[in-house]
Amino acid sequence: MFALCVHRCYQRSARLLVARRQKSSGPVSSPLLSRLLRFLTQHFYDVEMFLNWRSQQGRNRLQKKNVFYAYTHTLYGPDIASAHYILCLGGGFRFVGHSDWFRANKRGKFSWDFLNHKDTPLEEVDLSHTVTNYSGLFNLEHQHHLRTLKLQGCPEVDDWFLAKLHVLQDSLEELDISHCPLITTGGLATLKNLKRLKHLNVSSLPRLQNPGLVIILLEEMLPHCQIIADGYGHRLRPADKVCVEEERVQGQQQ
Amino acid sequence: MSGWRRLQVKFRTAGLLTWTRVTQPHTGRGGCLTFCQSLSTGGPLRNDFFKDLEAQLAAMRKKAADALPGSSWSPFEFNPDLPPERADVVIVGGGVMGWSIAYWLKKKENKSAGMKVIVVERDPTYSQASTVLSAGGIRQQFSLPENIHLSLHSADFLRNINDHLGVVNEDPIDLQFNHSGYLFLASEAVAHIMEENYSTQRSAGAKVSLMSPTQVKERFPWINTENVALASYGLENEGWFDPWTLLNAFKRKAISMGVIQCCGEVTGFSDTTNVLMNRDGEEVHLKRIKSVKVQMPNSMEFQPVECAIVVNAAGAFSGKLAEMLGIGLGPKDSIAGLPVPVEPRKRREGLGGNYITGVSPEETEEPDTSNLEVDHQFFEDKVWPKLANRAPVFENLKVTSAWAGFYDYNTFDQNGIIGNHPLITNMYFATGFSGHGLQHSPAVGRGVAELILDGEFQTLDLSDFSFRRILVQEPMLERNIV
Repeated sequence: MFALCVHRCYQRSARLLVARRQKSSGPVSSPLLSRLLRFLTQHFYDVEMFLNWRSQQGRNRLQKKNVFYAYTHTLYGPDIASAHYILCLGGGFRFVGHSDWFRANKRGKFSWDFLNHKDTPLEEVDLSHTVTNYSGLFNLEHQHHLRTLKLQGCPEVDDWFLAKLHVLQDSLEELDISHCPLITTGGLATLKNLKRLKHLNVSSLPRLQNPGLVIILLEEMLPHCQIIADGYGHRLRPADKVCVEEERVQGQQQ
Repeated sequence: MSGWRRLQVKFRTAGLLTWTRVTQPHTGRGGCLTFCQSLSTGGPLRNDFFKDLEAQLAAMRKKAADALPGSSWSPFEFNPDLPPERADVVIVGGGVMGWSIAYWLKKKENKSAGMKVIVVERDPTYSQASTVLSAGGIRQQFSLPENIHLSLHSADFLRNINDHLGVVNEDPIDLQFNHSGYLFLASEAVAHIMEENYSTQRSAGAKVSLMSPTQVKERFPWINTENVALASYGLENEGWFDPWTLLNAFKRKAISMGVIQCCGEVTGFSDTTNVLMNRDGEEVHLKRIKSVKVQMPNSMEFQPVECAIVVNAAGAFSGKLAEMLGIGLGPKDSIAGLPVPVEPRKRREGLGGNYITGVSPEETEEPDTSNLEVDHQFFEDKVWPKLANRAPVFENLKVTSAWAGFYDYNTFDQNGIIGNHPLITNMYFATGFSGHGLQHSPAVGRGVAELILDGEFQTLDLSDFSFRRILVQEPMLERNIV
C-alpha cells in the first residue's frame, strides 16, 4: 500500500516536472501556506483535485452572479431586469428623467422601489468594485439610453468586456475603467467603436506597459474625447526643469 | 601503534565495503613507512578514509533509492526517448490542432488515466510548422455557416482560456489578444456576395456591420475608398493573438492531464486488410492500422507503437502521411485512387513598422514549396502597389522583416477535412484548413474528440467537413479566403 503510494508520488512528480518547465520565476518568498499547498499539490492527487474543485466553485459563483436575468426580463421588461442585476451585484443606477440614485447598501440589501418605474431606461450606471464581467454585460445590452458607465476597480472587467461595449456605441458618453487589473492595450483599441464617447478615464491600469504612448494613441483615436489618465507618475523631471532654466539664461544672454 | 591503526582501518572498511570492490589499496599509506615505501603525496590517512567513506555512502544511498519502487532503474538498457510500446490514440503532428485534440480527448474521458494518448511531433523546434509561423488572426467573416460557428466557439474558448487551460499553481495564460475587427472591402462586382455573406454571418450570431464607403471614410480616414462599393467590419470576437502561447497552453494542460509527448517521425504503418464485397459485387479492401512506426530523430532506431486509433493532424504534410497507407496510390477510378488533397503552399508575410501584410497569390503563381525562402520581389510587384493604392500613407514604407510559412492547403475546396477515411477504419483526419486552422483549433479539437469517444458530433455538427464531399466530388467552397 505504502509502496503504491510512493510509486504514484514519483510518477506524479516526474510528470509535473515537465509541466513546470515553462514556469516563470515568481516572487522569492511567497506566503508559507501557498508554498505548502504547492508542495502538497505536486505530491498528492487528492490535494490537486481539492484545489481544482475549489477554483471551479469560485468560477461557478462568479457565473451565477453574472447570469442573464431571463425571468425578470420576460415578466418586467429589459429595464427592470438590468436594474435588478445592477442592484444584486452591489452597484447603483439612475433612471432617465430622475435625479436620485438607487443603490444597494453595504450588506447588499436594497429597496424594491425601482419596480415602480416600469419601462424607464437607465441613464447612468455605477458598477465600480463589483464582479461584473463579459456575460453580465448581456443584462445591459438593451439600454440604448445609457450615457455613463463607471467600472472603477472591477476585477473581472477585461479586454473582451471592452470589445462587447460596442452594443452601447450609440449612446455611451462617459466611461470610467480606471484601476481595472485585467485591461491591456488590446482592449483599449476597441474603444474606437464608441462613437459618442466624451469622457474616458484610464487611470492606473497596471497592465499598460507604455502608458504615455498608449494615452497619446488613444487621444489620436478618439479626437472628441477628453481622456483622464492619472496614476502613472508622469510629471516633469527635475532635469527637464534645469534644461528649461539653462535655455532661459542663454536666451537672456543673447 | 601504527600497525594497530592500520588493522582497525582495514577492519572498518572491510565491514562496510562487502559488496563493492575496494578501489584503493590501503597498505603502504601513512603510518607504515618502515615496511614499504610510500609513493603517495596525499594527506594523512584519516582524511582519505573519510572522503572514501562519503563517496561510498553516497553510492549506497543511490543503490537503495534505485531498489525502492518508483525509481526508473531497470536491468536492461533502453532509450528513454522512445514512445511506449502500446497506446490507445496516437496523434501524428504536434501543432495546435494535434495538441487541441489531445487536450479534448483527455478532458472528455470519464475515468482519470482512462486512455493513453501520445502526440508524435518530428520537429520540437517547430521550424516549419504552420502554427508558429501563422499571423494568429481570428475572424467570423466567413461565407459558410459551419466556419462561422467554429470561429464563434473558438473565440468563446479563447475568452475563457484560463478556465479551460489553467493549471493549478501555474501562471495564468496571457494570449496578448488584440481586439480589432477585420475590414473587408468589396468592389461593385462582388458586393452582392458580401451582402449574402453578411446575412449568413448575422443569422449565425456573428457581430458584423455593413458600411458604405462614406461611413468607411468617416471611421478610417486614412483609407482611399476608390472602387469600394461595400465594406464589412467585424465588431466583436475578432483580432489577433500569439499562436505560440496557445500551443504551449494546450501542451502544458494536456501533459498535466497525462498525455505523453514524443519526438519522432512517423515513417510507416503496419495494417491488416479486410476484403469485403459491396452491393455491386465489387471487392472493397478495408484497412485497419495495427501499429505506427515512429523513428527517432537522427537515428535508425524506431519503435512500433501498437494503437487503436490514429489521428492525422500533420498539417501541410498530411497528404504524404496518408500516402504511406496507400491512399492515392490505387487505380485511378476507385476510392483508393483519390489522394488526400492536402499539400503545403507557401504564404509570405511582410512586416513593415507595426503592420503585417500579405497577399494570396493567384492559382497560377504559387511559389515553390521546397523551402521557406522569402521572395522579396513578390512584395515589390504585388503587395506594395495595392497597399499604397488603398492607404496612401503606405507609399513611404520600409520592410523590416518577412517570413514565410506553409498553409495546409486543401486543393479541393480550401476547407478542412474532419472525420475518418472510408477505406481506413481507424484513422481520423483533422487537416487541410488552408489558413484558418489556428482560429478553429479549439472547436475542431472538441469535434474530433467527440467523434472518437462518442461516435458522433455533439456540440457542433461538422459532418459537412467529412471525406464524403471529396468522394462524390462536391466541393464546399468558402468564398472568403484570406
